[in-house]
Amino acid sequence: MAKRIDVSGLTAYYGSHKAIEDISMTVEPRSVTAFIGPSGCGKSTFLRTLNRMHEVTPGGRVEGKVMLDGESLYGAGVDPVSVRRTIGMVFQRPNPFPTMSIYDNVAAGLRLNGSYKKSELDAVVEKSLKGANLWNEVKDRLNKPGSGLSGGQQQRLCIARAIAVEPQVLLMDEPCSALDPISTLAIEDLIGELKERFTIVIVTHNMQQAARVSDRTAFFNLAAIGQPGKLIEIDDTERIFSNPSVQATEDYISGRFG
Amino acid sequence: MSNPVIDKAPANEAPALPSAPLKQPRLPRWAPFGLALASAGIGSGIGLLAGLESRIQWGLIAALLYVALTMLIAGMVEGSRQAKDRLATSVIWVCFLLAIVPLASLVFETVSRGSKVLDGYFLTHSMAGVADLQPGGGIYHALVGTIQQVGLATLIAAPIGLFTAIYLVEYGTGKLAKAVTFFVDVMTGIPSIVAGLFIFSVWLIVLDFNHSGFAGALALAILMMPIVVRSTEEMLKLVPNELREASYALGVPKWRTILKVVLPTAIGGITTGVMLAVARIAGETAPVMLLVWGAMEINNNPFEGPQQSLPYYIWLQWKSGNPHAFDRAWAAALVLIAFVMILNLAARGIARWKAPKTGH
Amino acid sequence: MDITPTPVRPEPPGERDKSSELAGSTRPGDRIFLALSRGSGITLLVIMATIAAFLTYRAVIALAENDGNFLTTFEWNANADPPVFGIPVLVFGTIVSSIIAMVIAVPVAVGIALFISHYAPRKLATPLAYVIDLLAAVPSIVYGLWGALFLVPHLGGLYEWLDQFFGWTGVFSYDGGAARSLFTVGILLAIMILPIVTNVSREVFKQSPKLHEEAALALGATRWEVIRMSVLPFGRSGVISASMLGLGRALGETMAVATVLSPSFLIQASLLEPGGGTFAQNIAAGFNEATQTGRDALIASGLVLFLITLVVNGAARMVIARHKEYSGANA
Repeated sequence: MAKRIDVSGLTAYYGSHKAIEDISMTVEPRSVTAFIGPSGCGKSTFLRTLNRMHEVTPGGRVEGKVMLDGESLYGAGVDPVSVRRTIGMVFQRPNPFPTMSIYDNVAAGLRLNGSYKKSELDAVVEKSLKGANLWNEVKDRLNKPGSGLSGGQQQRLCIARAIAVEPQVLLMDEPCSALDPISTLAIEDLIGELKERFTIVIVTHNMQQAARVSDRTAFFNLAAIGQPGKLIEIDDTERIFSNPSVQATEDYISGRFG
Repeated sequence: MSNPVIDKAPANEAPALPSAPLKQPRLPRWAPFGLALASAGIGSGIGLLAGLESRIQWGLIAALLYVALTMLIAGMVEGSRQAKDRLATSVIWVCFLLAIVPLASLVFETVSRGSKVLDGYFLTHSMAGVADLQPGGGIYHALVGTIQQVGLATLIAAPIGLFTAIYLVEYGTGKLAKAVTFFVDVMTGIPSIVAGLFIFSVWLIVLDFNHSGFAGALALAILMMPIVVRSTEEMLKLVPNELREASYALGVPKWRTILKVVLPTAIGGITTGVMLAVARIAGETAPVMLLVWGAMEINNNPFEGPQQSLPYYIWLQWKSGNPHAFDRAWAAALVLIAFVMILNLAARGIARWKAPKTGH
Repeated sequence: MDITPTPVRPEPPGERDKSSELAGSTRPGDRIFLALSRGSGITLLVIMATIAAFLTYRAVIALAENDGNFLTTFEWNANADPPVFGIPVLVFGTIVSSIIAMVIAVPVAVGIALFISHYAPRKLATPLAYVIDLLAAVPSIVYGLWGALFLVPHLGGLYEWLDQFFGWTGVFSYDGGAARSLFTVGILLAIMILPIVTNVSREVFKQSPKLHEEAALALGATRWEVIRMSVLPFGRSGVISASMLGLGRALGETMAVATVLSPSFLIQASLLEPGGGTFAQNIAAGFNEATQTGRDALIASGLVLFLITLVVNGAARMVIARHKEYSGANA
């Protein structure tokens, strides 16, 4: 189920503005990789290049290579729609479809990809909601609108929606930044469980969070405002937080800037 | 690729999802363009062979062909989901082209036919002494009439509309405000000819005045009021409450706060709204037809005797139904469009210029 | 989210200060200002009340003299003695031409709105939106002139075609005369309301939350699926209110109908044959030459037109209110 991502020499633009430059890294399967760095360093942009969401932004384009188990995401003949089906995403702010019920939200991805029997859909919805630790809270109101849930529940609903289509990789763009500490904890626990099944990449502003949930951590930085963001280093999380090899990383982690 | 068995929790029977390969068969990038060319070609071919006179038919055949071909070919190569997506894209492009053709034609016809007799003479002379069948004549009397009628209507409607909006936003609570809001909504929906009928039944029948520019202006004012109220209301609501409170905190009375703080902050948007309303009523024909009568000579007094107005002039020239009159109608239409467009562009210019409403 | 033309009024700012000392409603300046603004509001109410009263008064006079039945007589001889007139033909013409206009204009307008908001390349979309905005301001008499002198001569071929394939229905039979029929009126009204419906719909689509579009994209939705899942549900009430705005214009339109239609006081089975009439067109055509009773009769028909537009606007408002719960995104 989980696949490895190899990125080499990736540069992304917004129009003529270079947002990130020459990034190369490997994301291991069945692990959590965290991206940290100051605001505007391009970590979210980089994340969005991994499932070709970057090009949705007007003027967004990408140079370089992203390989998913040896298959190029940007190769000729690759359908961005299939890429996004294979690599799921959870956003900064919970975004369940407001006009759909909880059930329909989870089933939305499946319904796009073919026709399923009611019993099959039921099973997937239950499995996904259980996978997102939300089943017990919503099983009695599956037909209520998803927007009626609390922020943390909504975010877990979005995670359930993303994992319902059984992606290879799950990208999370600051999934807890709009949530309170208790909901954050619930999501962090969930990430720990999900990494058994998926390759997870998470962008976070919260360094404690990166330290708590991730196996590997990548530190991004930019030389100055308006300059492209760069990958400074990527290493085991433990090493990054105890003994990073680059001075800038240590400065950032110890709170000397950023 | 993956082994679905591992992922299956024992308790449920979720179906194993097919893992989609990243590479899907896709049509080349030039496919839509090529298909469009092909359908245009075939469409004109069919039109030519079948001897269809109307180019509208050729276009419709080509459009239908394009939609059908796209769906068919995409369905065969890319699968049903992509075919639906392509179908939607092609339908939307066809919609766009279908709509652009008549609108572009409208502008093109008006400009090309209207520029034929449009010159300095046309703008500075009236129709006095010019028979319908003769060439020559002009719109000076209609310009005078339109400007006076619209000007009078604005003088009546703008203050009432402005103060009503102030009342609704700054003072209004309770039943009166609710009633006013409701009736502004109702008023927005009054067809222009009904406004004309109303003024006719009051001003001409009951009060026994005669047809005049002012009677037309009254009807135009009725049409203008709700537009001004709505747009002004929106603008006043955009003024942050902090500004009002800051002013009160300095001991400024409410009316001076409105006059010196609220209105200046919103003045750009209010002006834009009024100008757009003016542009809207300048093109109204129906009330003028009932109330102004339509003189052929210059009448500089809007309060006495029939006048003319640009839109009504177009109608009269169209009605006389001969080539010279049609030329005049097109030329007047071009002037009217230009007048309305200039007002619109100026209004938008002001809106942009005053856009940051935070003041200085 | 107040994109509807007649939003439910949020609590007006400054309202809280109404009774406070700070506002000081005892100053002469304040009293004058309040009187002016309240007076304007009341003026508006008085105008509306007199409109209703006078139109009804004239209408009642006319109806009393009517020798026919206002609701069922297929005839308009209000200038005759005794006057005979009824509105069924006008009701038919007004509603049919407006329905044709809506059926053509609304899908196309939604298409163009989507084209501008989601399909067109950026460089094309911005100027296009601007141009369509301006086209919405073109006066209806210009549409009428273009319709009469350009559109009518070009529709003959299309009508022959319709006659060839759908003539058997009776609704689309055509014998080759000038295309001055209710169907032509419908087409012209459609072209006329297209810009306004497009504009309002585009505004709504543009505001559809990026968050939800991205959610759909990230699930592997195609562009059309994104639109169906997140743009259309969000924009539905906006499109409805835009359509009603357009319908209101179409129902009350005078000049574009009067220039194109060749009126007669009977209901044609075929929509492509000349004949029929609409309220506004009938008033414009006959008012200036009418006798006092004839005018009153036309005023009565104007009152009916006014009531129809009232009902349409009211229905629109109810639809919007009902969809309100869905229109608000949590974004």
